[in-house]
Amino acid sequence: MNEPQLLDLIERYLGHELSGQEQIEFERMRKSDAVINNRIKEHQQFLKYMADWNERLEFENTLNAIHEEIDVDAVKEKLGLRQGRVVTLWRNHHSKISVAASVAIFAVMLTLFFTGYFNNQNQQSKYSALRRDLETVKRSQNALIRDITGKSARKKNLNPGDFGGTGFAINTNGDIITNFHVINGADSVYVQNSNGDSYKAVAVYTNADYDLAVLHITDTSFKRLSAVPYAFKKSKADLGEDVFTLGYPKDSVVIGKGYLSSFTGYDNDSLAYQVSIPVNPGNSGGPLLDSYGNVIGIIKGKQTQVDGAAFATKSSYLMKAIQEMPADSTGKKIVLNSKNSMSKLTRSQQIKKLQNYVFMVKVYN
Amino acid sequence: MSLKINSSVPTDSEDILGILNNSPDTLKRIYKVHFPMILQMVLNNNGNEEDAKDIYQESIIILYNKVKAGDFELTSKLKTYIYSVCRRIWLKKLNQRSKKDVELKEIHDYLPVENDLEMHEMRDLQFSKMEESMLMLGEPCRTIIQDFYMQNKSMQEICDKFGYTNPENAKTQKYKCLQRLKKLFFQL
Repeated sequence: MNEPQLLDLIERYLGHELSGQEQIEFERMRKSDAVINNRIKEHQQFLKYMADWNERLEFENTLNAIHEEIDVDAVKEKLGLRQGRVVTLWRNHHSKISVAASVAIFAVMLTLFFTGYFNNQNQQSKYSALRRDLETVKRSQNALIRDITGKSARKKNLNPGDFGGTGFAINTNGDIITNFHVINGADSVYVQNSNGDSYKAVAVYTNADYDLAVLHITDTSFKRLSAVPYAFKKSKADLGEDVFTLGYPKDSVVIGKGYLSSFTGYDNDSLAYQVSIPVNPGNSGGPLLDSYGNVIGIIKGKQTQVDGAAFATKSSYLMKAIQEMPADSTGKKIVLNSKNSMSKLTRSQQIKKLQNYVFMVKVYN
Repeated sequence: MSLKINSSVPTDSEDILGILNNSPDTLKRIYKVHFPMILQMVLNNNGNEEDAKDIYQESIIILYNKVKAGDFELTSKLKTYIYSVCRRIWLKKLNQRSKKDVELKEIHDYLPVENDLEMHEMRDLQFSKMEESMLMLGEPCRTIIQDFYMQNKSMQEICDKFGYTNPENAKTQKYKCLQRLKKLFFQL
């Protein structure tokens, strides 16, 4: 008997397909021959392996078919597990995402650092208007003034005001120009000259676009000034020109000297010059003059954290604003002085003259 | 008159009877009832829907084998058993993936099921050996073997299907195929 025949026999035996006679013969053979007996067992085992495997495949197919019937999204919704793709992505990859984000941030910072972005940042720092908040500083200073100047000074400085700025006369009958931001929101405004005399004033014209305001002294004690010594420059000033300003960053007038450094102001503002000049809160509204004593602008602000970047509204806009003033606001049209009587004077002589025309503006609100 | 409300939810022992009787309805019901729990467990522990499906089906297979082997004692709920098996498998997979010890956020109580899993893995090894052998066997042998041993088709049918001149030839061919399959299987 050859192998295929034996296998056939074994299979028929296991499948109970043998006839009665064959069955008896085969069982006798199985008992007498251990080899055949082992072959039967072995084959039986292998048939079981195959059957098990087949059963498993079928079972898995059944399970898959059942799984198809489940609406997984609906189940999630019911469980409150419905989550966006983003959430799933985050859950599965958050460590990777975090690392990627850190790398990205680091790369950005590095790039910014090497391209000098952080340096630029400083140059683009904030603009600050130079109105002085008097509330904090003045108490101690007032005490000093009282000691030095006695009773009369005390009377004049009863209330130091809430904010302070500078203004200067544009004609002889008490019209004073200053910055709009100095008097913005004011209940009452007083101007004080270099001698310490205070006069009540009212704002007769404001122009927020140019940041300008015209005050008129209403106080009866005010005596007309003598002729204004400075002229207003219509044309553009020159870069690098020596300039100076007078102002009240403190209670007495302070001179600042510098030069015109740019034709544009903060953030390329074409209304203003950039001036390299030391100015402080309280300088706002002060005149900016060239070396001949022509007014070329009005100090209005500076850039914080940057040295030598103050800004002054150009005199041409100042004149334009004054021309735009309605005639009835002061009774008659303001005529600006066009004759400069200081051009031959030395700086200190100029300043001596100018002091009488530059006022401290005190604002109460 | 009072209406008697019959609970339509079958008890675990009914389910076990259904499993033993190979009831398709029982399988379908068990599968659908417990899947949400496993989906929740897997999704809460860094897995996705596919992971949930895979391990859940594995746990159902393990349950069926255990019940059919007469091993399943109703000392615990079916639900607890399924959860225990699934969390064990999932824990193992997570550990393989991350190569470090992981802790699961548990949503159900569980039993130790390590022995059942070991048995299952041994069986699985046998299945994967068979699977691989069948793949390596190639055609027409694979179909002949499947037709004869699994679909229980007669030699005559196989002879007709594959165009052998007579059933004797087909039988010789089948013999050769089986020998090759055995050789592959025991080599692996």
